[in-house]
Amino acid sequence: MNNRPITEEDLHAYVDCVLEPERRVVVDAYLNSHPDVAKRVGAFADQRDVLRAALAPIADEPLPPKLNLSRIIQQSPRGRTSPAWWAIAAMLLVSIGGFGGWTARGSMQASPSGLAALAQEAANSYNVYASDHVRPVEMRATDSAQLVQWVSNRLHRPVRVPDLTTSGYRLMGGRLVATAHGPAAMFMYDDDHGSRLVVLTRPMSTDQNAPMIPQSRDDVAGFTWADGGMGYSLVGQTVAESLRPIANEVRRQARAI
Amino acid sequence: MDDMLLQVEPLIPALRRYARALVRNAAAADDLVQDCLERAVSRWHQRRDNDPRSWLFTILHNLAISQFRQSTARGKHIAIDETNENEFGRSAEQEQQLMYQDVLNKLAKLPDDQRAVLLLVAVEDLSYADAAKVLDIPIGTVMSRLSRARERLQQEIEGTAVDASRNVVKLRSIK
Repeated sequence: MNNRPITEEDLHAYVDCVLEPERRVVVDAYLNSHPDVAKRVGAFADQRDVLRAALAPIADEPLPPKLNLSRIIQQSPRGRTSPAWWAIAAMLLVSIGGFGGWTARGSMQASPSGLAALAQEAANSYNVYASDHVRPVEMRATDSAQLVQWVSNRLHRPVRVPDLTTSGYRLMGGRLVATAHGPAAMFMYDDDHGSRLVVLTRPMSTDQNAPMIPQSRDDVAGFTWADGGMGYSLVGQTVAESLRPIANEVRRQARAI
Repeated sequence: MDDMLLQVEPLIPALRRYARALVRNAAAADDLVQDCLERAVSRWHQRRDNDPRSWLFTILHNLAISQFRQSTARGKHIAIDETNENEFGRSAEQEQQLMYQDVLNKLAKLPDDQRAVLLLVAVEDLSYADAAKVLDIPIGTVMSRLSRARERLQQEIEGTAVDASRNVVKLRSIK
């Protein structure tokens, strides 16, 4: 078997390190006695090394959020129809269906006010700004002192930036957002996987104190509530329930002002 | 979907690398990988192999090829990224960096089918049989394309390539 003539395929398999060990010995011997072929094979091996080295850094780059597989699974129709999803959907329907239906109907017919309006503004802000990879925020986290001063002046209220580091989210920064109910402060956060969260807060004319309600529209979900005249909405591209602990933390910190 | 997450997630960096080396535009390459992952998620139960690697490369490669065709048909032009430090890493020393860029520029002059074989085999470590599956060609064709790709790249490196300028023009029009 080892007496087979050396073929072009042998030489490439040699370069690609996929030759059987016995065959490799034979090819080695052949190359020793054929310096011109050895030179060519050596050049091919160098190409391989250089290409691998030149392209390796691409595989080490952090993945952009759009290549986050968990999120892609969550957003796919197949992911959404998994049994767990149906269970959650069924539970939500049972718990809010009969009672919440009429309220929701009213709020969808007229332009929403109160908590429903704030929830919608937060989702809209998320859709517009969290998908922006160039300039998602106007002021970065490094300028958070100025950011707080700016939004507090415009909202005529002391605003504090929620600290979500214990939940694994870092402040990216924030901006002022226009709503039908006046200016609102938006803060954006991200985690190590590139998932982004948005907290939107503004003074409330109706629903000045309201318990936390979950919301979900298209892919954006979260919680909205009001405390002492200020409304808060925390939203992200995930199932609402997974944000409940973070929403509780935001509420706790806001109450401590 | 958990098994999918476990099996597919570790392969994403290699898919990005292949896509970027093939289309040479980081944003366009990531778009292709995103399309590939979305398809993989929706067709996960249709795959035949236990090893999803060549299956994923097949999806990605077909998307890249149909994009090449579409942009040729529409006369569309995907800008080739300026090769700078950001594209191909920052840590290595500059001289080595320049040498890497030079080789990648020369790789780009190869016809797409030769470049694809060389990348799948030499960089992504696919077996010749898997590369044949991904490219939907006989294994003998894989070997002959690989051979031509290596000869051609060597000619580019040694500066002995003929009709090099014609091929640059051709590649630019493809993209």
